Amino acid sequence: MGDTPQRSAHAGTGGTTVATSHGWPAGASARVAEPSGNPGTPGPGGGDALPRAKAFGAERAFRGLTLAAGTFVLVVIAAIAIFLIAKAVPALRANSESFWTFEGWFPNDNPPKFGIGALAFGTVLTALLALLMAVPVALGIALYLSHYAPRRLGNGLGFLVDLLAAVPSVVFGLWGRDYFAQPVADLSAWLNRYFGWIPIFGDGPYGNSILLGSVVLAIMVLPIVTSLSREVFRQTPTANEEAALALGATRWEMVRTAVLPYGRPGVIAAVMLGLGRALGETIALALTLGSTYAISFNVLASGGNTIAANIANRFAEANDTGRGALIASGLVLFAITLIVNITARAIIYRRREFTESAA
Amino acid sequence: MTTITTHRPRPPAQPASLRARRLPGYAPPAIAVVALLASAGIVYGAGIGGAVLVVVVAALLYLAGLFLAANAVEGRRSARNRTWSALIHSAFVLAVLPLASVVWTLVSKGSARLDGNFFGTSMNNIGARDANGGAYHAIVGTLEQVGIATLITVPLGVLCAIYVVEYGRGRFAFTIRFFVDVMTGIPSIVTGLFVLAFWVLIVSPVFNDGRPGFSGFAAALALSVLMLPTVVRSTEEMLRLVPAPLREGSYALGVPKWKTILRVVLPTALPGIVTGIMLAIARAAGETAPVLLVAGGGAAINFNPFENNQSSLALFVYQQAGEASKYSPARAWTAALTLVALVLVLTVAAKLLARRNRLGR
Amino acid sequence: MAKRIEATDVTAYYGGFKAIENINLTVEPKTVTALIGPSGCGKSTFLRSINRMHEVLPGARVEGSLTIDDQDIYDRDVDVTAVRRMIGMVFQRPNPFPTMSIFENVVAGLRLNGVRRKSILEEAAEKALRSANLWDEVKDRLGKPGAGLSGGQQQRLCIARTIAVEPQVVLMDEPCSALDPISTLAIEDLMFQLKDKFTIIIVTHNMQQAARVSDRTAFFSIEKTGDPGRLIEYDNTQKIFSNPSQKKTEDYITGRFG
Repeated sequence: MGDTPQRSAHAGTGGTTVATSHGWPAGASARVAEPSGNPGTPGPGGGDALPRAKAFGAERAFRGLTLAAGTFVLVVIAAIAIFLIAKAVPALRANSESFWTFEGWFPNDNPPKFGIGALAFGTVLTALLALLMAVPVALGIALYLSHYAPRRLGNGLGFLVDLLAAVPSVVFGLWGRDYFAQPVADLSAWLNRYFGWIPIFGDGPYGNSILLGSVVLAIMVLPIVTSLSREVFRQTPTANEEAALALGATRWEMVRTAVLPYGRPGVIAAVMLGLGRALGETIALALTLGSTYAISFNVLASGGNTIAANIANRFAEANDTGRGALIASGLVLFAITLIVNITARAIIYRRREFTESAA
Repeated sequence: MTTITTHRPRPPAQPASLRARRLPGYAPPAIAVVALLASAGIVYGAGIGGAVLVVVVAALLYLAGLFLAANAVEGRRSARNRTWSALIHSAFVLAVLPLASVVWTLVSKGSARLDGNFFGTSMNNIGARDANGGAYHAIVGTLEQVGIATLITVPLGVLCAIYVVEYGRGRFAFTIRFFVDVMTGIPSIVTGLFVLAFWVLIVSPVFNDGRPGFSGFAAALALSVLMLPTVVRSTEEMLRLVPAPLREGSYALGVPKWKTILRVVLPTALPGIVTGIMLAIARAAGETAPVLLVAGGGAAINFNPFENNQSSLALFVYQQAGEASKYSPARAWTAALTLVALVLVLTVAAKLLARRNRLGR
Repeated sequence: MAKRIEATDVTAYYGGFKAIENINLTVEPKTVTALIGPSGCGKSTFLRSINRMHEVLPGARVEGSLTIDDQDIYDRDVDVTAVRRMIGMVFQRPNPFPTMSIFENVVAGLRLNGVRRKSILEEAAEKALRSANLWDEVKDRLGKPGAGLSGGQQQRLCIARTIAVEPQVVLMDEPCSALDPISTLAIEDLMFQLKDKFTIIIVTHNMQQAARVSDRTAFFSIEKTGDPGRLIEYDNTQKIFSNPSQKKTEDYITGRFG
């Protein structure tokens, strides 16, 4: 840990360069007045030499405690990787088929056979479809809330959006399965009838399909992407918006010249975070997907599966190898989401530096 | 001086007149009506669908008609402005529909079993043909698991945030900050698998005669992994908002840094920190996947989170949704309603607290 | 290129708060008019009413009539965007678009108006930057971000952006208040040159500046906080600063008030 005096992004808030941050007591004479101070030292203004910093004082203990807590975060992330690998490896060793390409999940058989190919495919397909539907709408709502609706209405509705982001996923799953499945099945039949020539709108049976799963997922991701983008759009400097308006821009042109370019990195990050959320979503998809193990682009027919939904669906019946296999698939999911999240965060961090240097 | 003006060709940017022809106020609704009628004619005439399709086609026709009309009367820029504006408004309507449907379904289906029996009994000895049975055990589980998770997370998260804001500097603090952010995005099922591998399958068998120890405590562990980054992030933000002069004033009085943090900085930031914690709790209470993997989910009431299976409200919803009994959907919906009510009360309280905090600043 | 502006009984509100009341004044073409007065006297509000930027704020509205060469800019069938194209504005703080390069900043207004041809844009950008006395400093780095310039350069960039669309009137809302003395001088020089082509109205807190750059000066004041701002005196700058006819003006000029 380098003790550089200047702190990276937040200089000016913390106790920036006050001497205490280097392990010195703040204002030595007052330090003496404390009960924890050295008992024999003279009172304030005593004229003696200043007391020296203690090697093991409360300051150090407290600082060590916070350091330990901070380090713990890194430990947890490392531990997640380590323990998942530890439990996954024996199952992967026992697997008699290719983990990457085999389309099926029979880890309880002898010999065990399971592959993640179809699951990873389903995970990515479902998440991408969901984003495809959710992102344009979410950006529209975010713009509506930040720049089109009257301010008070915008704030109230924004609050509502935040509330929706808090609704547990199991509720959306239940809604999708018990209520929304029927309209989606009707829609599927209609799509197949008139657009059946497009391969993704294949034949039925219609029911718990990728379409249903991704629409439910889109509805769940929507509040998250909306909430983050709205925040970004609202941070557009008023000065830039006024500059655009003063040049004679219409409202939409103002949005395009000032708001969207300024918000772009933030929106990308919001979408990536939404993607991370969609990739990891478990319960809603466990309830709305057909849980099959085939790679198919037919989004209408019953079927579809994701890594996370598969874990939830197959966990109850899993034996030791079965659990290992599920953990191995979870490891893959962990890796995918980690990459997505690190990318998103890197974008946000770069943007933060950019806007700070521009200020 | 006048020569300058005459020699200068009028740039394209300058309008000849300030006046512009305007689409009359009745035009947009009129276009909407025409679009609706035309759409109904097309859809029913060709027999290709029902009322929903009529609305969809009408919306598209309306957008096209609005663009064309505005383009003809007001010009291209204004036409674009109007069309985008209409699109943005319709995005809002489009999103409201399913969300309203979720709320409506939740309330209408969830109210069926909203009775004393539901909140007073468990699912113990409830067969497929029994209409009653309740979520008492699940509520107990949720409260205990979330409670324990909060006890674990709050000190850890607050200390971590203090380190990042007050003590940490350079690369290491940056790394922690970065990975806290990354941790927010770890899927809940992965944290469930982690606790399954680490606690249920490896650590707990040591004092459980070698059997995997599914328990409410394991669920609490998984939930705290989920809550930790949220708590750290919100605490971090709140600590940063504490004005520097407040700290410096304290330092100038000779108060050591750790005491300044505990006595001055933390109390100032407290309402904000509590808000963050409540939001984290709300999120954790709604999580199903980790509980499913590590708590085991029993049907009977189990007050002891450290031993034997426990359920939770979210898990109860999921389990009832998968049950074959004709009575289970009603139980699932009522439990979902209860869960949403719990989560929303927490969220609203947290946001109100945050709002009051903002006013106070 | 320059037009006369006439304000008749202009009253502006922020929601329920009346910010200025019954302002009457006429600004001649190709002059620099300075609006001075204590903080909160409504001079910026009046300035923003002239190109209808006032109404951008929620709840803000304007009553009375404001004409530019006999066209009322608050008429019902007037296109707001046309008004703002005709009456450009430079703000208190330099506000180049942070995501755009210097070149893109200058031509932003032209692009909004549908000018796509690269050659026209380049020509217009050079002309605007030359008029803003910025060309020599930035000609080698037109592709660099506008936010990378110094404060004074940024403000001149914003002026270039404003005059690139060749408005009739340029409004300046304390354009030098965020700048150092040297940059301020550069912008004052610029105003002298610009008044050959444009009608300029400038709000300033700095009375020396008003005396240096303007032909006419309008003094605004308020009775007390919460009251609407009123126009106290409007006359030739020389007269205002040497021999004001109102006691209030004299008090303000000599520093006895505000």
